[in-house]
Amino acid sequence: MSELSSVDWSRAQFALTAIYHFLFVPLTLGLSFIMAIMESIYLKTGDAHWKKITQFWMSLFAINFAIGVATGLIMEFEFGTNWANYSWFVGDIFGAPLAIEGILAFFMESTFFAVMFFGWNKVSPKFHLLSTWLVAIGSNLSAFWILVANGWMQYPVGMYFNPATARNEMENFFDVALSPVAVIKFLHTVASGYVIGALFVVGISAWFLLKKKELLFAKRSMVVGATFGLITSLFLAFSGDESAYQVTQHQPVKLAAMEGLYKGESRAGLIAFGILNPNKQLGDNEPEFLGDIEIPYMLSLLGHRHIDAFVAGLDDLVYGNPAHNIPSASERIANGKIALQALSDFRDAKKIGDATQMNESEAILQTHMKDFGYGYFEKPEQIVPPIALTFYSFHIMVSLGMWFIALFALVLFFIFKRNITHYPLVLYAALWSIPLGYIAAEAGWIVAEVGRQPWAIQDLMPTHIAATHLGGGNVALSFTLFAILFTVLLIAEIKIMLRQISKGFEGGH
Amino acid sequence: MFELLSFLQLQQLWWMIVSLLAGLFVFLMFIQGGQTLLFSLPENEVEKSMLINSLGRKWELGFTTLVLFGGALFAAFPLFYATSFGGAYWVWLAILFCFIIQAVSYEYRKKENNFLGQKTYEMFLYINGSLGVILLGVALSTLFSGASFHLDENFFVQWDTNLRGLEALFIPQNYLLAFSLFFLARLSAGLYFLSNINHASLHVRIQKMLLKNTLLFLSFFLGFLAWIFTKEGFAYDALGVVSIEAYKYLSNLLALPVVAVMILLGVVLVLVALYLGIFKANVHGIKVMGLGIVFAVMGIFLLLGLNNTAFYPSLSALQSSLTIENSSGSHYTLTAMSYVALIIPFVLAYITYAWYAMDKKSIDEAEMSDASEHHY
Ligand code: HEM
Repeated sequence: MSELSSVDWSRAQFALTAIYHFLFVPLTLGLSFIMAIMESIYLKTGDAHWKKITQFWMSLFAINFAIGVATGLIMEFEFGTNWANYSWFVGDIFGAPLAIEGILAFFMESTFFAVMFFGWNKVSPKFHLLSTWLVAIGSNLSAFWILVANGWMQYPVGMYFNPATARNEMENFFDVALSPVAVIKFLHTVASGYVIGALFVVGISAWFLLKKKELLFAKRSMVVGATFGLITSLFLAFSGDESAYQVTQHQPVKLAAMEGLYKGESRAGLIAFGILNPNKQLGDNEPEFLGDIEIPYMLSLLGHRHIDAFVAGLDDLVYGNPAHNIPSASERIANGKIALQALSDFRDAKKIGDATQMNESEAILQTHMKDFGYGYFEKPEQIVPPIALTFYSFHIMVSLGMWFIALFALVLFFIFKRNITHYPLVLYAALWSIPLGYIAAEAGWIVAEVGRQPWAIQDLMPTHIAATHLGGGNVALSFTLFAILFTVLLIAEIKIMLRQISKGFEGGH
Repeated sequence: MFELLSFLQLQQLWWMIVSLLAGLFVFLMFIQGGQTLLFSLPENEVEKSMLINSLGRKWELGFTTLVLFGGALFAAFPLFYATSFGGAYWVWLAILFCFIIQAVSYEYRKKENNFLGQKTYEMFLYINGSLGVILLGVALSTLFSGASFHLDENFFVQWDTNLRGLEALFIPQNYLLAFSLFFLARLSAGLYFLSNINHASLHVRIQKMLLKNTLLFLSFFLGFLAWIFTKEGFAYDALGVVSIEAYKYLSNLLALPVVAVMILLGVVLVLVALYLGIFKANVHGIKVMGLGIVFAVMGIFLLLGLNNTAFYPSLSALQSSLTIENSSGSHYTLTAMSYVALIIPFVLAYITYAWYAMDKKSIDEAEMSDASEHHY
């Protein structure tokens, strides 16, 4: 019992620390490029206003960056502290991208960060500009490697299971690093950062325009921000579509939960908007929605790139659907138990040095390896993630994605074709969209991480097996400490940020 | 090229890389050491600002090295990463908390409306420099003194005390290394300030501080050396069976002459650097110090892991002790990571170049009042 609650606390702690960390990461990813673009314009035009503009956004960048670094530290160690079993079981693959991230990206980021902030009068303007670009490239490179790690948990590739060490070992580095899931995750996540950076710049500039302050600076910032935002939000939607395709191929249960799809169908429609029926159970005939708007054929198109394709629903995946060659979870659980038993037989044989028995057990193990993790479950229904949370998060993210495209287009139209300062409604919309960007990104992570439950590593290791045996009390305490500390730091960050913004472009740095 | 190395050679190579990182990290602890001097060294706000700004341009490198240390251990010795971080949970979390508060403090300390007030952020820096370093020293010292854990058939860690790592605080010998590091960090901070800040009366105070802290450092460090070279160690044989062996670390020192020379050279360089600082207020002391620390720390780490020594001994289940052979990544992963590590010299080169470009002119009072610059 105490171990059970320890897992729940570890999950809560990971969610807490990751959500906090990801409040700061996207702005680093996006604003760094926007600053680099602004500084490039400064160097190109020699117009000192552009230098002021760059320095203003840099001063905000620094405030955000500090807390991003603070909340990021724990992420590097938390796999060990709270997910020790996981760390051994897949550390041979999972550790590499984390280490590479350190070597390749973090040093670049932190070294040139110092040059960017303190080097204005110390290094040449060109070297300074290069440093700003390297901060942007470094932070995006770091995102790449961490998403390789995350992508691998969602779709483990490039490894084999070694029964002697009871862990997975890497077989092909490039399969891991260039896995399609990792690549699309990287693109979608950094794009979300670019959009959030753009929303931040456009929203704050709108605030200045509403206050009728700093008009020149704010308008110029807005043009850069909204242009960058329009391009990247289109790309965000495009990469999101490709993400959904990958999810359908590799994590069909997650996709079914995202769409609230219980009974699989061909020519499946995409739910644009829906309210889930709270009484709906797996396997029954209740309607899935109390009300919904469906775009016909779209889900088949999204998931399989074909209008007639069959998209599996939760019932198919849990109870099986022989017509479409989908095994039931019960079959997979049985296979998983065979694999676990074979591992145990392998060990016994190894102890007494029985080589034939070892080979035999290993052969059984390898044929059932793809269902290994199912062996830890008892009931087929256990493989289903929280449906409502996944469904609503997905729909909030997508709707906001559409809104951002519209917003950036509107802002650009009013800047170039009208006098935007006469349209406070547009400016308020821009201002209030800043928090929406964060909501969309956190919702995205909820889709990705809640939607893949109960797995820590898809099909190989359930979350409850992955956790360190810590005792609930310990993790409850550390959770509380993190909650307090990070909340205090967040409050400090927001207060400092608001004050710094209100000081404006001439306010010093 | 690396695939031609045997598994054992790769494991040794990676232990060397980890040792090098440890050496670099201990050198970069001059930032922590400097943070403990913020309340005693400066005589006024401008001087304090100079110290903080001087450290503030470097702190992230120390921080980043700590992060990389975690990542490199995960990739190269995943069983250590899982066992120690998961097992000695509270020590590591306490260390992390001490570093989390560092990360915001430079930037937020002087900012308007900063919620906690300037004093609090300075306290954060002080805690990071003192408690953070001491806890880290205690945690590292358990590589010599051992820890209480066992591994089950899946190699999953079970910790055998309820204190989850804090029990290391009750082993007095662990403080020898902890305080050695604490005073060493202050010494390198002093040498660093001499080179990075241009301020005559500050220099005089630094020289006095150096003298006092040298005596303290030497007493703890000699105590530490006496302890490890007289204590028993944990050896393993060809089958991986672990046993306790008297004078293990001393015999490692004799068996590995290159390592012995490294440690000796490191210690001599540290002493030379201190001499340069205390008696000459020399601006190059920090470089000599840096070399010395990297050599000495790397050498001590090599004693821990090479020559069939268990580098993370288990006191409650001897056979669960970790060695570089039973805790490492696979041959394939170590090979792949070795290729990645080829980039480290390049990284060191651009860091050195950036430091050089930024430090060409040392910090002075005039720079602190120049409004066109970013300050902490
Ligand atoms: C415009 C339509 C969008 C679509 C079709 C879409 C699709 C997706 C899908 C399918 C996932 C889950 C990927 C997985 O579990 O592997 C996802 C995750 C995510 N989304 Fe979106 N998304 C859209 C918009 C947005 C927006 C506007 C943001 C934030 C500004 C955002 C941020 C994220 C993040 C941070 C993740 C988690 C990381 C990842 O798994 O890639 N998305 N998105």
